[in-house]
Amino acid sequence: MIQVNGELLPAAATVQELLDRQGWRADRVAVEKNGEIVRRGDFSATALHDGDRLEIVRFVGGG
Amino acid sequence: MVTQEALDAALAARHGAAVQKKLSAARVGIAGLGGLGSHIAVFLARLGVGQLVLADFDRVDVSNLHRQHYFLRHVGEWKTEALAEQIREINPALRCTLHTGRVTEENACRLFDGCAVVCEAFDRADQKAMLAEAVLTGLPGVPLVGGSGMAGVGSANEIRTERPMARFYVCGDGVSGIEEGAGLLCPRVALCAAHQAMMALRLLLGETEP
Repeated sequence: MIQVNGELLPAAATVQELLDRQGWRADRVAVEKNGEIVRRGDFSATALHDGDRLEIVRFVGGG
Repeated sequence: MVTQEALDAALAARHGAAVQKKLSAARVGIAGLGGLGSHIAVFLARLGVGQLVLADFDRVDVSNLHRQHYFLRHVGEWKTEALAEQIREINPALRCTLHTGRVTEENACRLFDGCAVVCEAFDRADQKAMLAEAVLTGLPGVPLVGGSGMAGVGSANEIRTERPMARFYVCGDGVSGIEEGAGLLCPRVALCAAHQAMMALRLLLGETEP
């Protein structure tokens, strides 16, 4: 299991797979894994493991 | 004619001399000068924040006047210049550095170099995400205060300030976007802008909790 925004979820292989499974668009999020920002270009190459803690901010438009 | 000495004395009297000294010495960046950014800039100018970096690629349009801090006389002007003019009318001692052009992942860190706080005030969700990545990876130690979720007519009490990451604060209700066709109405947008300006103020004074 991994922790996403404080909630326990089944792990996914990579950050990108997690976003896809959740239906969250990669170009509209900011992702932090275990306290480090993950760059958008690294989402597919960033593996997830049991116990990882992620903060994922999903942006909506308007300003 | 009001002198600069009188303006400075009034700020110090209202805010306290120690607080004003910090605000007058501070440099804050604002990325995007629409409904959020124009109000954030005016709030920070009234606080007497000494240096503002104002970035926007757009001109004031008649369709902006319902929620953005511009006046009829500004229609057609660059937002950077229209806002700098208003800030001079609030306090001529404040220094505005203008970037009339797009903020990109390539230029963001250079534009906002030296800022104690950066405020994200873009319209589009992907631009908000772009700036978050650029500032949080490229400007070590600099907090980012963003806005997400202020469309529609939901309760004012749903607008809040959160801190999802150590250096990243997000104001708004988090969910009310323009993607579902909800409009942007001035009080709710300005409320979110006030949250952002308030968080920027707290950070300038050393307070890190939302």
